[in-house]
Amino acid sequence: MSEPVDTTAAQADAAELRLVERLRARDEAAFMEIVDAWGPSMLRLARQFTPSTAVAEEVVQETWLAVLDGIDRFEGRSSLKTWVLRILVNRAKTRGTRERRTVPFASLAGQESEGDFHAVAADRFLTEEAKYPRHWGSPLPRWEAQPERALESAETLALIHDAIDDLPPAQRTVILLRDIEGWDGPQVSNALDITETNQRVLLHRARSKVRAALEADFASAA
Amino acid sequence: MTDHTITEPLPQLPCQDLVEVVTDYLEGALGDVDHQRFEEHLAICEPCVAYVEQIRLTIAATGRAGVQGEALPADLREGIRDAFRDWAG
Repeated sequence: MSEPVDTTAAQADAAELRLVERLRARDEAAFMEIVDAWGPSMLRLARQFTPSTAVAEEVVQETWLAVLDGIDRFEGRSSLKTWVLRILVNRAKTRGTRERRTVPFASLAGQESEGDFHAVAADRFLTEEAKYPRHWGSPLPRWEAQPERALESAETLALIHDAIDDLPPAQRTVILLRDIEGWDGPQVSNALDITETNQRVLLHRARSKVRAALEADFASAA
Repeated sequence: MTDHTITEPLPQLPCQDLVEVVTDYLEGALGDVDHQRFEEHLAICEPCVAYVEQIRLTIAATGRAGVQGEALPADLREGIRDAFRDWAG
């Protein structure tokens, strides 16, 4: 059977296969390459579940050991990185509940989806009495019209970082996995053991806040 | 949640409600009726088109905001490498 092949995807698959082969062959350079490439985001992710950076670092180290021990059993049903991060999240969650003695992740996720939320401040909309009730009170700028560099500048990326850091932990974890790591909804809700609806509410709140931070910054720069 | 029968004309979706369901819309999680109302609203509302675009650009920009150029603490990196060498024997 010959099917049309997406060459980019096929090349990525081939590269991934080679990487897995090299790991199985105990290739230290290949291993350290992914440790360096993925390590910082792993540490950041682990930190969301653990009470201290020290514990997060232990989780990262344990995860790599588990990856090595399991590499022969890796079946390639997800990308290698997704598989590694799944192991990390599982371990971080276990350590977190054991050490934190506060709220487990699922409770945080529940709390952070409750209560009133306004993606956009209420005073940006017309009142119930207006001719067009609850419609925008003033036009919104088209960001497409922003110079390209505004959205790609180091300043903007730093601003996004800060906005994400300011989020409560469950919202932060969801946006990290969804929009930075590129996982889909079911992957995230499975890994975090929360419902898809809960995942979506957390994502909604997180993205809305990041957008608002960008908007405030663009407005002050204009 | 909203609940209306299809036989009635669909009530307009106010902008203030649209911004709260934009994630459901992008995730394909809106029901048929709400999805239709969302798109009907976009067809006539410039600011909401701009808003949805801002959300899409936010998502794209967030995707570029990963931890780039950061390095692991040296002792952690060394610990991992030592663990690898033990494993590799």
